Amino acid sequence: MLRIEARPEPSRRMLLATPFLAVLLTVVSGALLFALLGRDPLVSLHAFFVTPVSSLYGLGELGLKATPLILIGIGLAAGFRANVWNIGAEGQLVLGAVCGGGVALWFWEVDAPWVFPLMVVAAVAGGMAWAAIPAFLKTRLEVNEILVSLMLTYVAVLLLSALVYGPWKDPEGFNFPQSRMFGEAALMPPVVEGTRLHAGILVALAVALAAWLWQARTLSGFTLKVVGLAPAAARFAGFERRRTVWLTLLLGGGLAGLAGLFEVAGPIGQLVPQVSPGYGFTAIIVAFLGRLHPVGVVLAALLVALSYIGGETAQIEAGLPQAVTGVFQGMLLFFLLATDFLIRYRLRPVARRRGAEGR
Amino acid sequence: MSAPPNRLELRGITKRFPGVLANDRVDLAVRPGEIHALLGENGAGKSTLVKIVYGVLQPDEGEILWEGRRVEIRSPHQARRLGIGMVFQHFTLFEALSVRENIALGLEERYERGELERRIREVSEGYGLPLDPDRDVHTLSVGERQRIEILRCLLQNPRLLVMDEPTSVLTPQEVDRLFATLRRLAAEGCSILYISHKLEEVKALCERATILRGGRVVAVCDPRVETARSMAETMVGAAIREPARPAGRLKRAPRLLVDRLSLEPEDPFGTALRDITFLVRRGEIFGIAGVAGNGQDELLAALSGERPAPKPEMVRIGDARVGRLGPTARRRLGLCVIPEERNGHAAVPELTLTENALLSAHGRLQLLRLGFVRRRAVAAFARRIVERFDVRTPGIEVTAGSLSGGNLQKFVVGREILQNPEVLIAAQPTWGVDAGAAVAIHAALLELAERGTAVLVISQDLDELLALTDRLAVIHAGRLSRSFETRDVEIARIGMLMAGVEEPAPAEAS
Repeated sequence: MLRIEARPEPSRRMLLATPFLAVLLTVVSGALLFALLGRDPLVSLHAFFVTPVSSLYGLGELGLKATPLILIGIGLAAGFRANVWNIGAEGQLVLGAVCGGGVALWFWEVDAPWVFPLMVVAAVAGGMAWAAIPAFLKTRLEVNEILVSLMLTYVAVLLLSALVYGPWKDPEGFNFPQSRMFGEAALMPPVVEGTRLHAGILVALAVALAAWLWQARTLSGFTLKVVGLAPAAARFAGFERRRTVWLTLLLGGGLAGLAGLFEVAGPIGQLVPQVSPGYGFTAIIVAFLGRLHPVGVVLAALLVALSYIGGETAQIEAGLPQAVTGVFQGMLLFFLLATDFLIRYRLRPVARRRGAEGR
Repeated sequence: MSAPPNRLELRGITKRFPGVLANDRVDLAVRPGEIHALLGENGAGKSTLVKIVYGVLQPDEGEILWEGRRVEIRSPHQARRLGIGMVFQHFTLFEALSVRENIALGLEERYERGELERRIREVSEGYGLPLDPDRDVHTLSVGERQRIEILRCLLQNPRLLVMDEPTSVLTPQEVDRLFATLRRLAAEGCSILYISHKLEEVKALCERATILRGGRVVAVCDPRVETARSMAETMVGAAIREPARPAGRLKRAPRLLVDRLSLEPEDPFGTALRDITFLVRRGEIFGIAGVAGNGQDELLAALSGERPAPKPEMVRIGDARVGRLGPTARRRLGLCVIPEERNGHAAVPELTLTENALLSAHGRLQLLRLGFVRRRAVAAFARRIVERFDVRTPGIEVTAGSLSGGNLQKFVVGREILQNPEVLIAAQPTWGVDAGAAVAIHAALLELAERGTAVLVISQDLDELLALTDRLAVIHAGRLSRSFETRDVEIARIGMLMAGVEEPAPAEAS
């Protein structure tokens, strides 16, 4: 018999162990799933987890996919710590792509070194503006930021479609719904020969490092934790919740906007109706899997990026359905939340009779 | 057998929680018609024992005898059927419903409407518990609400009534009335198990007392022949030195001035503050008495800066008009605050002691450099609090939530006092802490005043204010009475003011 028992203190060891436990359980369940689908589980797992990273090009792809996940995950994790639930990073990413891409199209024929920095500024401002809407409604009218940020995502996606189907459509593009290819000055060239990996990964890692310093070492970072854990104590300490809501939403929005720009100025090179395979939503999983800690977010982003690429390879090499990527990501989040139980509780074997247990 | 069996007898009750032995082979016997006190510090195991009696918890070992028969009490429902009634410290009433509806909801059997109303009137008049069955609960005072809880028990003809700290929310007059009711019940043969830490009350009311310490019974005595001090020492297990009542402190310059402070409540069930005026001088301890929910929380928030006042001149620290400033700016001017609620207000239970030290001290002590936290300085500050205020903890990197109530309170008090405040405001500084910690906290407040700080204590515990303060005033329905010299105040007068009987006179000008 096992008995569930509350721990007197949350276990720090389990806090670190459960993400690994969740990954392990996901792999085991995945193998089971493959077996049930009638495939050889080992071959399928190999195709999913090993093949993608056994070439330089594959590793480049991994970094490429991890870049937006790190950027967005860092921003979201800061918000989640403070109980600010920005679920609309996908929309903020799209707005960043639209604003940054807009600058690139406006200066299409200009080949000057200031074009790209201007795009960055526009993209970050665009993402922030989109996140400012839920921040304003939340701080002024107590409107739930989850609903507002989520619904604005659909608005953003439709706005992008309207632009690429309409005024921004490439005049020489045979009526395809896509913009012109960006000019030379507006593109991010690969940093590693033979891959598509661009400098965005370096920016993402620098952002993670800065976020870690901010959260672990500054009063402003400490504020996030207090606001999230105990709003009354935050007020007592003089930490304003309103300021925290603005800060975290603008940060999350700005980073998502930057991630959007890196997608369109990097691997895509133009505006198309779909600029992201759902990075903004997947980054929510990344933030939690990474324990809302910047270093954790980087590791989690790499893992989840692998599940994207793994899904593709598994489709090609093992003939598995495309849905397998979503299933893996879902299982990962589920097992993480389930094993989190072990942080607060422990399982302890108990004898059937307790009579002899005197002191 | 000659003597009738005990109404309730516990034999060797043991209850373990992870890491704690809450009850250790506790024996307790309550005779028919006896008022029996259960005494002990916080954490001595009183609540656990009572929950076992009322069927909320099951003992790990030991047996329960009800009128000489062995029983297992599996649920409160079963306890009520045996004839055990319980009045909790925190009421379980629906604010928006009437007295009758609240009583009907808590009863085991169903009554016809007219029948219930007749029974309520019968019992409430019979026991001196006047209540109008049609009044809505939110219009009633705390004392009246407690009457509902008692009535609810009495309607079920209990043979044992358990009362958990019933007087902590009552005015002195209400306490007298409650005692009359309880004596009458006992005379009719109902046993009463009375849980309290107020020793004078126990002496006045109870015939026998069982004293718990660290989960064990350390004494069974007759409180009528014991002294309050001897019982307190048995509870704590050590000799207690009460702080000496300070003789007339110097009257010096005013440090905290509150001038016609009015503030609408944020919460619809909160209390509006109306024209609150008082001042606290250097080296003085000023007390604000009152029954909970009369504006104390709102006043604390307005003074600490958690809710700014409408006008800057309504709150002044020395010459500075701070009414519109936030908590950090006020702290820089020397105002430190100890809120009533430790968990989630004064401290964050999930964070470590070091982090909690930073929580309120960041503005006043040199704990930051260019926005970065000076971690060594914060740790040193946390260690200093732990050492100077005798906080029992394995270290400063444990979570605040893992400390006992008394130890966490010592930490919070220490954190504010070690910031060398010009003005210190403490709300219920010894609420729910053990007697040893309470003495230490009182001594620290007295010493701080001795060094020249203006100290304001907001408390529901009148005894605490009488022991500690130089002057005091009473808050009722968001208004503050004029202030009295504690030395020559009449308790009855304070009691009337707390009950809102006497309309508070216009507050003194300065």
